[in-house]
Amino acid sequence: MAEKVIYAMYDDDDVLKDGAKKLVAKGVKVAEVFSPFPIHGIDPIIGVRQTRLGIMAFLYGLTGLTLATVGMRYFMIHDWPMNIGGKPNETYLDNVLAFIPITFEFTVLCAAHGMAITYLLLNKTLPGMPASNPDPRTTDDKFVMEFRLSENSQYSETELLAMLNETGVIEIDQKEIN
Amino acid sequence: MHKEAAIREPLILGHKTYHEITEDVCKPIEDKAPRMWYILFAIALVIGIYGVGCIFYLLGTGIGVWGLNKTIGWAWDITNFVWWVGIGHAGTLISAVLLLFRQKWRMAINRSAEAMTIFAVFMAGLFPLIHMGRLWVGYWTLPLPNHFGSLWVNFNSPLLWDVFAISTYLSVSLVFWYIGLIPDFATIRDRVKKPIPKKMYSILSFGWSGRAKNWNRFELVSLVLAGVATPLVFSVHSIVSFDFATSVIPGWHTTIFPPYFVAGAVFSGFAMVQTLMLVMRKAMRLEAYIHTRHVEYMNIVIMVTGSIVGTAYITELFISWYSGVEYEAYAFINRATGPYWWAYWSMMTCNVISPQLMWFRKLRRSLYFTFFISIVVNIGMWFERYVIIVTSIHRDYLPAAWSMHYPSHIDLGVYVGTIGLFFVFFLLFARFFPVLALNELKTILKSSGESYKNDTAPVHPYFAKNGHASHDHDNTNNH
Repeated sequence: MAEKVIYAMYDDDDVLKDGAKKLVAKGVKVAEVFSPFPIHGIDPIIGVRQTRLGIMAFLYGLTGLTLATVGMRYFMIHDWPMNIGGKPNETYLDNVLAFIPITFEFTVLCAAHGMAITYLLLNKTLPGMPASNPDPRTTDDKFVMEFRLSENSQYSETELLAMLNETGVIEIDQKEIN
Repeated sequence: MHKEAAIREPLILGHKTYHEITEDVCKPIEDKAPRMWYILFAIALVIGIYGVGCIFYLLGTGIGVWGLNKTIGWAWDITNFVWWVGIGHAGTLISAVLLLFRQKWRMAINRSAEAMTIFAVFMAGLFPLIHMGRLWVGYWTLPLPNHFGSLWVNFNSPLLWDVFAISTYLSVSLVFWYIGLIPDFATIRDRVKKPIPKKMYSILSFGWSGRAKNWNRFELVSLVLAGVATPLVFSVHSIVSFDFATSVIPGWHTTIFPPYFVAGAVFSGFAMVQTLMLVMRKAMRLEAYIHTRHVEYMNIVIMVTGSIVGTAYITELFISWYSGVEYEAYAFINRATGPYWWAYWSMMTCNVISPQLMWFRKLRRSLYFTFFISIVVNIGMWFERYVIIVTSIHRDYLPAAWSMHYPSHIDLGVYVGTIGLFFVFFLLFARFFPVLALNELKTILKSSGESYKNDTAPVHPYFAKNGHASHDHDNTNNH
């Protein structure tokens, strides 16, 4: 089913934030905001929840920590215990000090790359992906709010447009999307 | 929006709009390259190719073509390695540590400083690899199952720690840099008209669209990456210093090496950033974004880290006498008065005296003086590594084995070649990549732009009519 979408364009982040606040107060649902840079304070207004990527980074880091510990214990203690200068590697605990640098590096390696890959996948930003911003100017100096009529059924299209026009909008575009 | 104290110098000079920031950063990329760029690129390329030729000659003939001998088995190669890794410390320090400290001035310089970091670490990584003599068995440094039975790499060795530290640092810096670049590539993608650049920037920007949720994740990822990259920066040069500190050579066996190396790395890294940035801001007309205040901030970092390095030199000298270990004392007397006295005193002059001049406000705000000192510092830091490495091993416990190191022309060619290659990469970066984090800069425009700070910027017509309603939730006075 085709859906009607309204794109309201602003030329200032504070004007958009002000408008979003007024519209949300009237019960309008803002589907999306496109902006060239992060607008601080917009997320709670339009109902975007804080991402949980930080927790993921912690888990990836934990994985790295475990892998490094298990790996070095296997290589250096179990599989081929070296005897360096009459100081044999017999238990992990005796040697753990020498393993700390690599344990740390590997933890960071896994946390950083795991999080970066998850970030790219969640955003659907990968090489060759098509851009989906409604107007090329939203990566320069314009800010766009997206509304879906189906999500705002309590208002008619004309009512919605009238409300938008009071918020300092500079351009309004309407599109049918599938 | 945070309001900033009026007394703080603005970070963006004059009146800029969001669109003008985009224009100022993208214009040099979209226009034809100036003639000077081609001249510099050609020079760097010739030097770089000469360096690659020297490396091929080295690999084909053997490490004997370097000026090493049986006493001095480590000389220019490892000096250059440590020098380049040190230079590669500024970028991530600027983008990670300064992000955690919420230093807004980092935004004008972090992009190119990180690019510099990555290219410098490339150059650094080259030296241990070619020092193996057999480049193609470089993968033996990784813990891979192999045909020598269950023989693994030695996890007790600082040289292996280095493999992990440098590769983690390089790859994490690269990811941090690229994640910041994606939205800026999207800006260029949406501006360029020609089909081939459009396609290229479209691929590079990964289809970034700037949705609210994307920015929400972007900010968190930047913060967490900064959080993990901060200890990483400090660990990398600490581990490089362990290469020396865990040995039993007088002059190397020193517990102050890790902090001393890290401070030295930051010192030389910032100096290199100054050298590059002072030229770039002029050539690309970015004076409104990288101005005297930014240079002054960096000079203060140079002054502080330079003082730490100076203190470390003097501590080392004192302890070598105070310890009562005659071998240790001799290593230092030999450094200062032996056949390499000139290297020691060059290092002392460049690294101890020159940063102290930055106490003078006039000098640290002078761009010409800064440029001069930035080069002096990097010469000094090269000598520091040369002094630590060569003077400590050239006279060992057995006087019959005492020797001198004379670099061959291949030593020189490989070193100069890496400088050429570094500039090849940096010039390509400056030509095709957004050299300032342009979209991040827009977030500080209203708080740190000159025209916004002194209220000469025009008020948006919407707020002129309705009053500035969006300030009520900003708690302007409570921060």
